[in-house]
Order: sequence, then C-alpha cells, then structure tokens
Amino acid sequence: MSKRVFVTGIGIISGIGNNVEETLESIKQKKSGVTDIKYLETIHKGQLPVSEVKLSEDELIEMAKLDKSEPFTRSTLIGIIAAAEAVKSAQINDIKEYKTGLISGTTVGGMDKSELFYHDLVNTTKHIEYIETHDCGDSTERIADYVGVKDFVSTTSTACSSAANSMILGTRMIKNGLLDRVIAGGIESLTRYHMNGFNTLMILDKEPCKPFDDNRKGLNLGEGAAFLVLESEELVKKSGKKVLAELTGYGNSCEAFHQTASTPEGKGAYAAMKEALDRSGLKATDIDYVNAHGTGTDNNDLSEGRAIQTLFGNNIPKVSSTKGYTGHTTSAAGGVEAVLSVLAIQNNMIFPNLNFETQMKELSFSPETELLEGVKVDHVLSNSFGFGGNNSALIFSRY
Amino acid sequence: MDVYIKGIGIISPQNTTDSSKFLDEVVAHDTEFLSCVQPNYKEFINPIQLRRMSKLIKMGISASKLCLRDAGIENPGAIITGTGLGLVGDTEKFLNQVLDNNEEFLAPTAFIQSTHNTISGQVAIALKCFNYNNTYSHRGFSFESALLDGMLLIKDKDAENVLVGGFDEITPEHHSIIKKTHWVKNDAIKSLELLDHKTSGSVVGEGVAFFSLTGEKDDNNYARIKDLKTIYKPESNEEIEAKIDEFLAKNNLKKEDIDLVILGLNGNVDTDDVYYHLADNYFDTNYAYFKHLSGDYHTVGTFALWFAANTIKHQNVPEVARFRKENFTEKPIKNVLVYNHFREVDHSIFLLTQ
Repeated sequence: MSKRVFVTGIGIISGIGNNVEETLESIKQKKSGVTDIKYLETIHKGQLPVSEVKLSEDELIEMAKLDKSEPFTRSTLIGIIAAAEAVKSAQINDIKEYKTGLISGTTVGGMDKSELFYHDLVNTTKHIEYIETHDCGDSTERIADYVGVKDFVSTTSTACSSAANSMILGTRMIKNGLLDRVIAGGIESLTRYHMNGFNTLMILDKEPCKPFDDNRKGLNLGEGAAFLVLESEELVKKSGKKVLAELTGYGNSCEAFHQTASTPEGKGAYAAMKEALDRSGLKATDIDYVNAHGTGTDNNDLSEGRAIQTLFGNNIPKVSSTKGYTGHTTSAAGGVEAVLSVLAIQNNMIFPNLNFETQMKELSFSPETELLEGVKVDHVLSNSFGFGGNNSALIFSRY
Repeated sequence: MDVYIKGIGIISPQNTTDSSKFLDEVVAHDTEFLSCVQPNYKEFINPIQLRRMSKLIKMGISASKLCLRDAGIENPGAIITGTGLGLVGDTEKFLNQVLDNNEEFLAPTAFIQSTHNTISGQVAIALKCFNYNNTYSHRGFSFESALLDGMLLIKDKDAENVLVGGFDEITPEHHSIIKKTHWVKNDAIKSLELLDHKTSGSVVGEGVAFFSLTGEKDDNNYARIKDLKTIYKPESNEEIEAKIDEFLAKNNLKKEDIDLVILGLNGNVDTDDVYYHLADNYFDTNYAYFKHLSGDYHTVGTFALWFAANTIKHQNVPEVARFRKENFTEKPIKNVLVYNHFREVDHSIFLLTQ
C-alpha cells in the first residue's frame, strides 16, 4: 500500500464551541465546557457536571436550517452541523464529483428521543416517528443526506473508540481505492441512559475531572460531534487544495480482559499505540504530543499512563488529556480529539491538561498543564479506548 | 478481493448448527415473529458463566465457537461484528430500570452488556484474542460493513484469517413497538407462506452467525466470496441494474454466468418490487429466497451468506427455498449472487463462487 491519506477539512461542535474557530478560542482561553447540566432532563442536574453543547434542539435545527417537523435526534443535529462544517472547510462544492463516503461512530444513537418517549412508544401510538430514529444508522444516513453523500455510508459502534474506528475504516477504504474521500468521525449526545449507566459504574466525578491526577475521581460526560474529511493523495494533487495534516498511522487492538476495564499495565493501549507507530514508519521519538484518552478514571489513566511509559521509555513526549475541556464525548471523542490534534499541528500548539494538581504515584511523567504556543508539533498521537476493550490510536502528521 | 469461507457457526430460526446438514428438516413458524432454535449452550459455555449471560451473548459466544470449530481455527486474526439494534433485551432492561425507578437504585449489569460491541468484546475475552476488533451498527449495512472490513484485512495482509459475524435479536417488547410501523405485518402468518400474503410489512426474525474467512484456498472451504457491494438509496431500478452491471464487469462476469440469484424477498408488497424486477427483467437463471425461513432483520445478510455458501458446498438449492420453482433447472452451482435490501434504503450484493 503506497497511497497516503490527507486531512483536508475539519468540523466540530462540543461544549467548548459550535465550530472550529470557537473551539480553538476556548482552548486558548482555558475555558472548559464542563458546567452544571442545563439541557438534559435528569435528576442529576446540579449534581453531576457535564459538557453539553450549549444550544437547545430548536436552536440547532435553526442553525442547520432544517425542517422542524422531521424527527431529528440531538446527536443527528450536532452531527449535521459538524459534518457540514468539515465539508465546507475542505472546500468541497460538488460532493458527487468524486467517490465519497460517510462513516460515523455512535453508540447511544437516537437514545435521547427513545428514552423520552419510550413509555408512549410501548403503550400508545404517539411519537411513533421516533421508532426509526433509535438505531445508530439513522443519524449517519440523515447526515449523509444532508451533505449529499451517496457512495458509501456506515456506522461504527465500539463505545468510546467509535470515531477513531470510523477514521481507520475510512483510511483503509481510501488506500484500497474503494473511495476517493471519506467524511469520518463520530457523534454522541448526552442521554439519561448512558449517564446513569456510567453512574452505576461509579466512574463519574462530581467535580470537574482531573485526568492523570493522583486524586482523580472519575470522568465528566460530554456531548459533541466532530468529523474529518480524508482524501486520497491523487485527489489532493489534482485539486491542489490545502492539506491540514496527514493521517500517517493507525492501530486497533482488543484488550480482551474485561467488558468495562483495562489491564493495569495497559496492554491493549500499548498494542494500539505501537501498531499506529509501526504503520506510520515513525520512531517513538518523532512524536511531539500525545493527546491522551485520559478520561480521569482510576483505571484508564493508570493503564494508559503505564502504556505510554512502556512505549516511550525515558523520552516521553508532551502528554495531555483535553477531556477537562470537552468532557468525555464517548463515541465522538476520537473525532473531537482528531480535530484537536490537527489544530495542534496547524497552530504549533500543545493543549493544557486542565485541573491537574498532583503527580500520580505510579507514573514517572505528569501531563502538560500550560498552553504551549510556537512549539514544534509535527506528529501527534491520539488515543481512544472503549468499553469491550476496543482500543484505537491514530497518528496525525504535518504535511 | 477474494476471500474464502472456511467455517460457519449460525444460530437461526432454522436447525442450522449442524454444518453437515442443509435445511434437511425445515422449521415452520406461525408465531408473530421468528425466534431462534436454541442450541445446548452447555456445549460451549461453562455453567457459571452461562447463568450471567443474556440470550444474545450466549448465542454470540456459541456461534463464534461453532464457527471456529468448523474452521479448525483456535484464535482468529480479527473479530468483527455487525448489528442493527445491538443487545435489545439488555437495553430494554436498563432503560426500563432508569425510567421506572426515576434514575435511582440501578444495577450496572444490563448497561454494561448493552453496548453494541459487547459480543465482539465477549468473544475476544472468551478466546483471549488481542487482535483487531470492531463493531458496526448501520441498519442493512451492519453485517455488510463488518464483512467488508474483514475482507480488507485479508487483502491488506493485516490478518491471515478473520472472524466476521452479525447478530440481532427480537423481544416481545421491541416487537410491540415496531408493529406500529408499516414495516411489520399486522397478523401472525405461517412463515412458509410469507410471499402469499400480499400485504404491507414483513415478519421479523433474529439470528447470530459467524464466518471464518481466510485468504487461503482449500478444498474444504465452503465457497469464495469474490466481492461485495453496498448501494445506498438507489433512485430507480435502472440505477440498480447499472450498479449490478458495473459490479459484474469489475469481477469479469456477465449476468448469464450467474447460476443462482438469491433474493431478499420479504413479502412486503411495498418494497419487494425490485426483486421481482430483477427476476423478470434482468437475470434469466435460477432463483432462491430465504426470509420465510429466517424472518427479516438488520443483519439477515448473515443468513443469506450462510445459505449462499451452502448452495455451493452442497451443490443444491433446497426445494423449500426455490423461487419460481416451475422454471428451476438443475445445473452446477458455480456463481451465486445475493441481492438484498433493507427497507429500500440499504441495498447489498454478495458475489460467491466455487
């Protein structure tokens, strides 16, 4: 396989901004999206902080100029906004001009509406238009229809590594000549379903999360959507358009340990990062920045931290988790952090790990806590690890 | 993109767990939806674990083990699954808890087991398989995406063999919901008479299947999967014909070379037109159908692939599955094409050869 895959467009919406520009501004201002719950109707309001997209569904519908009578779930709406921004950013005018696919990642799917109307769906004939928005494919098809993609659509669902796996499939399809370009990423809106699910696992922090901190108490959930436009080398050469970054490496490995936990030594995390590095042809010392999965849970940060130590030895690059900004956007996380990785390269910037105070006893390194500007960022490793032991890693490089 | 089917493990509404048999005894269903014939799980899972598992997880683990046993493989180079709706039973259980208890006093088990990647994760844990692992959930492309992913892994030499599966379950509660759409027939019908009821909707089924795919040719393989294609929202029969033309040409075949076309007819008068069109106006060969045996569900492509592979392996199309029987001619089965669509939105084609 000789073909290279390039990032030509990015789009994002999350708790720290409704587009790329706002997102970068929040990052620079160290402005976190984690606040009290405003939009989700739940008994945890005022108890569990989250990073919500700061718009109501009516506002999202208006923003995307959609028909209000259509059954849109919240994840579909934010997905449409992020995907449309990515397409615009890649200066695509005629999406049907080349073979284009859309691969999104989601696990919660249309659960936000299902849980709202579930008793009605079971007992009455009200809201039945939301029966068919429940599954994961609904959002992907609505996003594809909005941006006009027809050649290929698919949806990955590997919990918190979903978006990363979407980008991996997209990359492989381009390298195999099956598609010329792919809009790949992920979406997730907050739901009572998964908020309560995570809560039963006792991994939600009641305060803003503190990734890689010795006193970390868990994660804050977030919602968001983010997509990259990936294009083949041929297409980029032909159009001469601006390349934002190159996707140089990817790795996918299963922990096969426990449905909701990783090994303390981070076997799966290491395998995914190592594979990504090997595929990229880079040396460990070439990596300038690791955008860690860093959720703020006991288990993740320990195993990921150890895996980073195993991979990089005594030359650990700058590491930070941006979950303190965006919360853990679960299926969208790989997309959100891919966009941030591309922004790091474009702006020669390394992002701070918010809320960090105390060095973890088990680790030799601590995360970067300040915004670093004007630094060399040529290669970024971005990690996404999920339930079920689904670990994935991506490497983005300067072009 | 040639890959070979080395082994299959399938649990379906038919007796399909014995790989030496091919629909020798047909199970007729007359219930509202078609449920799987359950195997003896103790053969695959130890009793302590068995008690903790929900039905779909049991079926998933068992089908994966059946498949690997059939293929003679201990640890696959990748595990990839597809599912339309995931673990419906566990999802209902946790969702009802959340709603009924107003978000209090919840137990995590059903939640943990309700993510779509539970089966691929559990199979990996059961096999201690640390390799590539992925799950797709996209309606009528759920299993097709998993299959494409697996075929690419073999083509790119990322894996020597892969375990690719699909799963969906139907529960009474979920059935009571989807019955409110026009995709499900209002009354229980005799499944074997699926095509005789000229009404809207189909009959829902369920199933779990795993396929062991390899790049290595071997006389014991079931069949070769030569190619697969997905077509999203085709606008007309002409567009579908053009896509099939293109697909066959890419694989150096003409439509006359296809010995058997397997159609996803599901008895829905609103959406079966494309199948009749292909049989009446496009192909001129033998036809088979299968949804009267399996019911319809998002990953029914697994049942279609099992069926197609077995027609090649056994060189036989079981009487019960022949469509347009009166025109059926006995001939060697070398090239088989499966055409299936999900609600006229997600169309897929599998091409299998001997």
